[in-house]
Amino acid sequence: MSTVYVVAQFVGENLSKTTFELATCGARIGSVTAIVFAGAGKGSALAGAITQSPIANVIIVESDDFAKHSVPAFSDALSQLVLTNKPDAVLITSSAFGKELAGRVAVATDSGIITDAVDVASDLSCTQLVFGGSTTVHSRVSHGTPIITVRPNAITADLAPCTPAVTTATFTLSDGAKSAEVMSSAPFVKGGRPELAQASVVVSGGRGTNGDFKPVEEFADLLGAAVGASRAATDAGWYPHSLQVGQTGQTVSPDLYVACGISGAIQHRAGMQTSKTIVVINKDPEAPIFELADFGVVGDLFAVLPQATEGVRARKS
Amino acid sequence: MINGLLDREGADAVLNDLDEYAVEEALRIVEAHGEGHTITVISMGPERTSEAVRKALSMGADDAIIITDAGLVGADSLMTSKVLASAITSGGFDLVLCGTESTDARMSVVPAMLAQRLGWAQLTFAGSVVVNAASSEVTITRVTEDGVDTMKAKFPAVISVIEKINEPRYPSFKGIMAAKKKTMDIRSLAIVGVSSENSWSSVTDASPRPPRTVGVKVVDEGKGGEALVNYLADKKLI
Repeated sequence: MSTVYVVAQFVGENLSKTTFELATCGARIGSVTAIVFAGAGKGSALAGAITQSPIANVIIVESDDFAKHSVPAFSDALSQLVLTNKPDAVLITSSAFGKELAGRVAVATDSGIITDAVDVASDLSCTQLVFGGSTTVHSRVSHGTPIITVRPNAITADLAPCTPAVTTATFTLSDGAKSAEVMSSAPFVKGGRPELAQASVVVSGGRGTNGDFKPVEEFADLLGAAVGASRAATDAGWYPHSLQVGQTGQTVSPDLYVACGISGAIQHRAGMQTSKTIVVINKDPEAPIFELADFGVVGDLFAVLPQATEGVRARKS
Repeated sequence: MINGLLDREGADAVLNDLDEYAVEEALRIVEAHGEGHTITVISMGPERTSEAVRKALSMGADDAIIITDAGLVGADSLMTSKVLASAITSGGFDLVLCGTESTDARMSVVPAMLAQRLGWAQLTFAGSVVVNAASSEVTITRVTEDGVDTMKAKFPAVISVIEKINEPRYPSFKGIMAAKKKTMDIRSLAIVGVSSENSWSSVTDASPRPPRTVGVKVVDEGKGGEALVNYLADKKLI
């Protein structure tokens, strides 16, 4: 029986949606072991939150070095588990953290790496979308333990109940990992909205908002969506850079992407064009974003969005 | 003494925007510390890479190492990091600065791989960099989708800088003229001591994705919002 390691991530004390997705993907390949990294004394509570998705085993690694030394400490712990237990593959969510972790583990374990997979087959063949989503590529790791990062939202999670067996492990921190230290940490306040990269619905605003994101946010909140912004909007200081969608921002691939007052420069399209359904509101009928639209409204977002918000509210009540 | 080092990947013959931020940051670090510090540009790619490297030299970097070899075609991030790490090890550098490309899988993993290979401190996704040469320490703010951390390390360290960390300068006429006299050390894979069989993933096939089917476009004449809601309801998206 093959074994697949999945790096568990948590939102507060709950298992993140992306971990369910990884476990669902991993179960096609073999028996899934979730790796839980936690601060000293915090592991059992987190492991206890793993009650869904096809997860057979949990390995808890507790250490305060994770918070103190960031990615390299996680990498030391995961690499040592991989070298000791030799799983058949390791799945990690694609994010800044996930890709750095994957990169270091691949080097440390002398293994091949594939990033940003949108699918992983039972034979470990990975599907990637490249060149801004215009080309589908299949690739394989040819050496060592395949280290694969999987894009959020790419796989439909199996949420069946599970009761995994829990064990613990320890690791030794390398000198390289010790050499950088986190002095202080200020997580972004999420404001109750879902994470941009993981949200199944994203509503974004651009230049056409003229700096007023209120209608965008109202519509987003009604749909339980994340709010994103184009580079024009973040460069103008209207919205935080951390919420920029595009080539130099975050890549999103939600079930529904609503682009409001965004012209659709290639820089923006590269970050959102693999979204499953794309809806566009723009005053300019010639805006290139309409080329991607499944449904487009040529109109003023300040008229269309409030009316749509009212319409959704009416259907919900 | 600081020896700055810049890693850039020469996919294009123009200096990648994101790498210009790294060049600029290296220049600022050196300028803040006076004479006696040098910046070497390290690049890997086809021979035309030298045009892009020339721009970094005309911005003010001191010299360059270019690794170019037919065996680099199709190199993955593991191979790239191995080649760069071996060139870095040969140079006695204190800091490596790289650009960060968030959408290109290769670039976003290479700085972390370099830190792992070299056993150096990893200071990546830097939104600001402060170097104290006297104490051989560098402090950065790490900016990711999760938040902002302040991190500190002793030399040597691998730093990747995010877009907007600075405003890269334009090369001056004097800089362009001076760059013509600067040394570019061209090396093959054999010289850096890496075999071309270090790519451990490969593409089995590639195909264009079908273009998106043409969607519906309506002009708002007072009912645009309602039409949008009807569409979402039909698609069971609300």
